[in-house]
Order: sequence, then structure tokens, then C-alpha cells
Amino acid sequence: MIKSSINEQASALPRRAAPLEVRDLTVAYHEKPVLWDVDLSIPEGQLCAIVGPNGAGKSTLIKAVLGLIPKASGTVQFFGQPLEAARRRIGYVPQRSSVDWDFPTNALDVVLMGLYGRLGWFRRPGKAEREAAMHALEQVGLTAFAHRQIAQLSGGQQQRVFLARALAQASDLYFMDEPFAGVDAVTEAAILQVMRELKKQGKTVVVVHHDLETVRDYFDHLTLLNVQVIASGPLEQTFTPENLKATYGERMSVGVGR
Amino acid sequence: MDLLAGIFTDYTLRNVALGAALLGLVGGVLGSFATLRRQSLLGDVLAHAALPGICLAFLLTGTKAPLILLLGAGLAGWLASLLMLAILRSTRLPEDSTLGVILSGFFGFGIGLLTFIQHSGDSDQAGLDKFIFGQAATVVGEDVLTMAVLGGVALLLVGLLYKEFKLLTFDPAFASSLGLPVRGLGTLLTSLTVIAVMIGLQTVGVVLMAAMLIAPAAAARQWTNRLSTMVWLSAAFGVLSGVLGAVISATRENLPTGPLVVLTASLITLFSLLLAPERGLVWDWRRTRNNRRRIRLERLLLDAHVLYNHAELTPESLAQRRRAAPARAKEELEELAARGWVTGRGERWELTEQGHAEAHRLEQAMRVLPKALNPRAEGGAGGAA
Ligand SMILES: Nc1ncnc2c1ncn2[C@@H]1O[C@H](COP(=O)(O)OP(=O)(O)OP(=O)(O)O)[C@@H](O)[C@H]1O
Ligand SMILES: [Mg+2]
Repeated sequence: MIKSSINEQASALPRRAAPLEVRDLTVAYHEKPVLWDVDLSIPEGQLCAIVGPNGAGKSTLIKAVLGLIPKASGTVQFFGQPLEAARRRIGYVPQRSSVDWDFPTNALDVVLMGLYGRLGWFRRPGKAEREAAMHALEQVGLTAFAHRQIAQLSGGQQQRVFLARALAQASDLYFMDEPFAGVDAVTEAAILQVMRELKKQGKTVVVVHHDLETVRDYFDHLTLLNVQVIASGPLEQTFTPENLKATYGERMSVGVGR
Repeated sequence: MDLLAGIFTDYTLRNVALGAALLGLVGGVLGSFATLRRQSLLGDVLAHAALPGICLAFLLTGTKAPLILLLGAGLAGWLASLLMLAILRSTRLPEDSTLGVILSGFFGFGIGLLTFIQHSGDSDQAGLDKFIFGQAATVVGEDVLTMAVLGGVALLLVGLLYKEFKLLTFDPAFASSLGLPVRGLGTLLTSLTVIAVMIGLQTVGVVLMAAMLIAPAAAARQWTNRLSTMVWLSAAFGVLSGVLGAVISATRENLPTGPLVVLTASLITLFSLLLAPERGLVWDWRRTRNNRRRIRLERLLLDAHVLYNHAELTPESLAQRRRAAPARAKEELEELAARGWVTGRGERWELTEQGHAEAHRLEQAMRVLPKALNPRAEGGAGGAA
């Protein structure tokens, strides 16, 4: 695994536009800005964490970047293009709690939704789409649950269904909002495995993450966020006690120096 | 049966039944989406808000042509729904308050207009009040045709945009990330619900209309875990309620059609809530009871198994382990015996072949280690561990 990522960096092509380039992004739901003057550049082919306390604006950042909520100011570019032109290259895993899991549908059907963008208006998914969706389910180890009503899946399985839906999108850049929230060690390992597989294929993954203990093991790139960007860059340079203190306040003490 | 045949021979009954069936069909389909989007009460707002629209359409045009009145109704309902969504989006007023304010505001305005019209001495106006509770008997062929065209358009759009509506309903954020215009699609879906309301105004009226959006969909949800099946079923329940309501009301003078249609739909829903497999309350209750009984028996067997392997299985030892009265323990042993898991030899009992096998299977399945006898348990009988 390590070797392959080194190879990939070595063979990196001439400089291309970054998968995500954010300039001066400010977002406010009401009077008070939730994100203030955010500048961010996400490098290609890496696993990137966005870390910060509750209410720091992590979900808001992802939503604003994807155009789900309006920006007060700022520009966002994907692979050097505006959002509309790059849509098909972007995959999204929302927070699991953002939908009603009692919706009348099964796991396979949810994964199929990842292909709706490619299908375009009016067309219904057919055999090819079903096969692609089954393949995505296989990658997250849920083949046996394809026809299970989604309410009858465990939280970890639901999270993996969402992940499979994003995989079905076959994107180059993925945004995942807390994919590790409330899952057990086995599911966490399965999700991590999928993310590393994506990285091996040269894809970029941006993950909202909460567990400071695992940041170092899981990610290459770290963005510390608390309304403003506190630090953003390669993990070794950004994952420092000073930065964490600046992000979380004084009371934080985490084993950074491991 | 004569009555059902009447649908084909009796001109009035046929129109009434067709009108009610169309209402059921379109209401059932759009109600499915509305309830899943947690907007069933929006239907209620739409329906009540239609009343001032009807009155204004009459005041402005002076005609009672159904199409004109329905267009007025639809426009008012549509405005009310947009107003409501705008308020929800831009203020912090909670949803139920917003609903209440808009519903009573529009409806009150409508009642005021209606009273004004009735007292204006224009004798031509009688009959506008039929839209409050509906008056299906006044549905004529021309009305049915209007309803069919409106409903046809609505259903066609749902058919074309089914996949988009489904994603919008389940996960609007993801839909938006794919580039779907979720606001536009949401407004369209709401507008189609307005059409369903327009179709129902003459038959069931503004007050009861919401039931025709909610009841068939709620009933259908009970029977299936697939959206497409739910939509079809909801449509079928809607049609069934419409036709049955119309036919029943034709059995006697003075039985109002609209309320009977709604009543039928409500009964179907009640039946579904209670009896549908999996989600029905009765099954749920039975399943819980059976589960509880099974788990109690299994734990009993495991206790007996441990005692039999490590000490001796008698009513006394079992009673001690389970902290129950010996008489109760005796009954429990007999319960196990009835299943063929133990046999009794006077005071001493033993596990049968079958009982052993079952106990092993349970231990495997639950990955529980056979609980060793707890030496600290009071009394010495079981202390052999
Ligand atoms: N729809 C909304 N309307 C108003 N305020 C909102 C809305 N969504 C979020 N906020 C506010 O914006 C701020 C940032 O929220 P956001 O959900 O982005 O935080 P987060 O970093 O994802 O937090 P968490 O770790 O709890 O998920 C919070 O103060 C929150 O109260
Ligand atoms: Mg969040």
C-alpha cells in the first residue's frame, strides 16, 4: 500500500488544477457567518481530513462547496472548472442522519441513485445500472443485503450503503461527511479499506472526521477548521499541538507527539 | 351487484363514481409523495386555501363554469403553498404554526367571501358552498372530462419524472449534489398536488380533501417496502374508496358521497394499520409476544442444560437457579417437556437428545459460553462448579 502511493507520487503528471480550490468562501445562515474567508486547496490523489469541533462549519463547508446552500461570497473550482462543469466528477456521502431510513426502498435501490446523474432526465435504470450498483455493494461487502429494506439495516450497514452509492457515481473527487460516525471497528476498517482503494486509483477523498486518535493513521492531508481555516496542508506539518489548541481551545490535549 | 352494474347503466351514478375514482387515483399517487415528504398537511392547506380562489373566480368572471372555478381554486392553493414554503425558508416560524396561520387565514377569507356572495342577492350564486363539503351528485360528464384531463397531465408528469421525484423525496441534498433543480422539482410536485386537490373539490370539498391525499398513501405504506408498489397500491386504494363511496351513497336517498368516500378510505387505512403483515399493529403485537415467549423458553432450556450437565436437574435446583418458587419451576419443566426437550423421571429430570441439540445450537447461535454454575448463588445445591 505504502509503496504504491509512493509510486504514484513519483509518476505524478505535470501540474494539473487541484481537485478542489476554494477562495474567500464566506457562508452565513443568519447574521453570524458560519464560515469566514475560507481558502482551501485539496491536492489530488490523497485522503484529506477536515477536522474541527462541533458547529465549526465542517458540514456547511461541504454543502457550500457543492452548491447545496448559498455562498455569501467566494469562489469554488473543481479541477479548474466551475461546479456545473465538474458535477459528474464529484461524489457525495451525506451525513447518515440526513435522511429518513424508513423510506420504502431497499439497499440496491439507494445505490442505484448514485447513477441517476449519469442517466440524465426521464431515463430509468436498467440492467447495466443494476450491475454497476451490485458491484458497488460488493465493494463495501453488502451483496447479501441488496434487497433488504433500508430500515432493517444496522447503522454501519446504512453508512456503507451511502458509501456504495458514492462509489457507483464513479467520481474523481469524493466528499464524505462523517462516514465513521457511530460505526464499529469492523465497519470502520471496511470503510477505510474502500477509501484506500480509491486513493490507489488516484481519486481524491475529502472526509469530515472527528477522531483525533486516528487522523494520523488514516489521512495524508489535514484541514483544521473552526469558522476559519486554522491550518491546512500535509499532515506532518499541520497536525501539531499548537494548531489543535488554536482549533479546539486550551483544554485540548491529545497525543499528537506519538 | 345490481348497484355495481348501476355504474354502467345509471348516467348520474357513473359520473359520480368516475369523478370519485379519478380523485382517488390522482390523490393516491400524489399523496404517496406528499406523505413521504412529510407534507401531508400541506395538502390540507392547499385544499382550504382553494375556497377563496373559487369565490374570487366567481366574483371576477360571474360564471360557475367548473373549469374557471377550479382554476381559481388551484391558483389560490398554489399561492398558499408557495407562501408557506417561503415563510418556512426565510423565517424561523415553526412549521405547524406556519401551516395553521396560512390555513385559517385563507379559509377564513374564503368563508367571508362566500357569505358576501350569498348575501349579495344574486340568485345565480347558490351552490358555491357545495365546495366546502363537496356535492358529488352535481358532477356531470363535462366535469369528469375536466378532471380526467387535469389528472392525466399530473399522472403523466409523475410517470416521466418518477426517478427524480423519488430521489427528491428520499434525499434532496444528494439530489442537489447531482445537479437536479430540487427547488423547481419540489415546486412542481406541490403543484401537481394542487391538481389533485382541484379534482377533489367538487366531490369531497375543501374540508375533507386532505384525507384523500393522506389515507390511501398511509394505508399503502403498510403493505410494501417498495416505493413503486406503494404508489400503485395507494392509487388502487384511492380508486376503490371512490367507487365504493359512490356506490354506497347511491343505495339510499340523502347519503352524501364525499364523506362516504373519505370514510371508506379511512376504513381501508384503519384496516391496514392494524392488519398489514410486518408493519400492522396486530402482527407487531403478536410477534413481540411470541418472541418474548420464545426467548424465555430458550433461557429456561439453557438453565436446565447447565444444571443437568454440572449438577442435577430437579424442580428445586431449577427454582434456586432461577430464583423462582419450586412449584413454578415444576411448571416450567413441564413446558420444556411439552417441547420434547426434557423428560421427567420422578423428582429427577434429564435433557433429551433433542434438548441437548437445541441447547448446543442456541449456545452457538448466541455465542454464549454455557454459564458456569455460580458458586456464590445462595444455597449449596448447585455449587458443584
Ligand atoms: N440549516 C441551518 N440553519 C441555521 N444554522 C445552521 C444550519 N445548519 C447549521 N447551522 C449552524 O452553522 C454552524 C455550523 O454547522 P455545521 O453543521 O456546519 O457544523 P459541523 O462542523 O458540521 O458540526 P458537527 O461536528 O456537529 O457536525 C453551527 O453553529 C450550526 O448551528
Ligand atoms: Mg456536521
